[in-house]
Amino acid sequence: MIATIWAWLSDPTNWSGSGGILAQALEHLRLSGIALLAAALVAVPIGLYVGHTGRGRVVLVNAVSAFRAIPSLGVLFIAALLLLPRLRGDLAFELPSLIVLATLGIPPILSGVYAGIGQVDPAARDAARGMGMTSWQQLWQVEVPCALPLIFSGLRSSMMQIIATATIAAVVGLGGLGRFLIDGQANRAYDEMAGGALLVAALALLIDLVGALLQRFVVSPGLTPATRR
Amino acid sequence: MIRLEGVTKEYAPGHAAVDHLTLEAATGEITVLVGPSGCGKTTSLRMINRMIEPTSGHIFIDGQDTAQVPAAKLRRDIGYVIQHAGLFPHRTVLHNVMTVPRLNGWGRARAESRAREVLELVGLPGDFARRYPAQLSGGQQQRVGVARALASDPSVMLMDEPFSAVDPIAREGLQDDILRLQQELGTTIVLVTHDIDEAIKLGHRVAVLRQGGILAQFSSPADLLAHPADDFVADFVGRDRGYRALSFQQADVPVHPEEPVRIGEQLQRRGDQWLLAVDAEGRPQGWVLPAEVAEAAVALEHLHRGGTVSAVDGSLRSLLDAALSSPSGRGVVTRDGVLAGTVRAEEVLSVIQSAPRPDGTSIQGGAGDSDGAAAGVGPQQNEHR
Repeated sequence: MIATIWAWLSDPTNWSGSGGILAQALEHLRLSGIALLAAALVAVPIGLYVGHTGRGRVVLVNAVSAFRAIPSLGVLFIAALLLLPRLRGDLAFELPSLIVLATLGIPPILSGVYAGIGQVDPAARDAARGMGMTSWQQLWQVEVPCALPLIFSGLRSSMMQIIATATIAAVVGLGGLGRFLIDGQANRAYDEMAGGALLVAALALLIDLVGALLQRFVVSPGLTPATRR
Repeated sequence: MIRLEGVTKEYAPGHAAVDHLTLEAATGEITVLVGPSGCGKTTSLRMINRMIEPTSGHIFIDGQDTAQVPAAKLRRDIGYVIQHAGLFPHRTVLHNVMTVPRLNGWGRARAESRAREVLELVGLPGDFARRYPAQLSGGQQQRVGVARALASDPSVMLMDEPFSAVDPIAREGLQDDILRLQQELGTTIVLVTHDIDEAIKLGHRVAVLRQGGILAQFSSPADLLAHPADDFVADFVGRDRGYRALSFQQADVPVHPEEPVRIGEQLQRRGDQWLLAVDAEGRPQGWVLPAEVAEAAVALEHLHRGGTVSAVDGSLRSLLDAALSSPSGRGVVTRDGVLAGTVRAEEVLSVIQSAPRPDGTSIQGGAGDSDGAAAGVGPQQNEHR
């Protein structure tokens, strides 16, 4: 079994070409990237607002758990049924998947941003205000930089989930590494299915690693435990 | 000058945290607000830079009504030091200190050189600038907090319990530094503390507040100790106020010559008399008993270090303490750190008996003898240490 999976993965003809592993991986990343961007555009401003002002905390916490309970596949079919007749071209196929992925990516970012701002040392906030920073300056010069470790972990866990779930886009005919699972199942090619699943996991880990590296460059050394005495 | 005029803060209608407080903090002086928790001292302080808006009343800084100045602008012109320093953990010490100059629109280079200057001023030179707050001790963090407040050279500085979270030894050093800096820079400081000793040590004027934000007494530390306005103030000032009041009195006390032994020398004298040991420069190091030294040269391990040392022109409190704490009963006094001689407790006490008190009366002269100040050595109000 392992040998056949390995054989499928190591066959160079599976990697190249328009339906090859590389092309599908790039397509997978493109879809995931757009979904993450959309999720962040919604979640970051809301998280910042709630964290900074303290307003709407209860609503936010409830919304996050409600969002987490949404069944991805169900939403995908509903969105596809509703949108397909109304849209044309590629967008008609992609938009339902993107909506599902973005929806899925919102809760981790939201709670990361909100918790990150919330855990900023109250004394540092008080000092920032007392030294004459405007509300906007407090947010961008103190709260956001201090919240970055948690904001990053929110983004990374969101990205992990989006990459893992982007597999289902193949169900409605889109590309991505999910193709190998769906097509493999249709052809009863279990080596292809298992290989595809492994690739999705590997891609998620790889991107998380990139995120971790990025985090090391962006987050101040003053906030990492290694700098403490 | 900072002037609070009938300032009231009600968090709920009818429940005043600060009640019609009228107070003047003189320019170039340290004004201390002191009182038990819940007395509204921090609220009063935070109303000065509009961290809290008064319910009614007015606050003027050099004649300018603070309500007329945009809050952020007002705060940038006022130094602000808080209990836990509140340093920005993501910024280096240098960039923490550069904060207010940068907010005021200074260029990077100018802000940086000014930041290095104030860090030097608070005793954190060179290498500290590159560190992060998490790498500093509590005392060092608070020094950075003070440097950050001083960076834009404010004429007014507000300090909210600045030293209560640091350990006692670091606290002592920080207090001394604030006194020194305030004298050098002439900054007008309003400081909040719950510690009456700190209030007496630091304040030119001390405002005692009682529960509900009512001013119980506002006077010089010496006056506060000598004449508590009522039972509340007397209670708050504490039991040993008579002894503490001696911190503000100075007088000439007879100094007896003392023949010291030098560390490293063989003892020429024997007997059971305590001998004072000094180092090569004549600075007192401790007391030795000849019997314990025996044939050896006087070494550090022979020293008894119980006694405190007072400057020859120190306060009566430090002179008396030197005599009382000395194992030999002879209190060591120094001039510029070098042994000047010794004083005796009974002679310090007799000077205390006859010296005029801070309020102008003397123990022998009796209360109400206001002419007492004219004779002899005058009162030394606001004499720190």
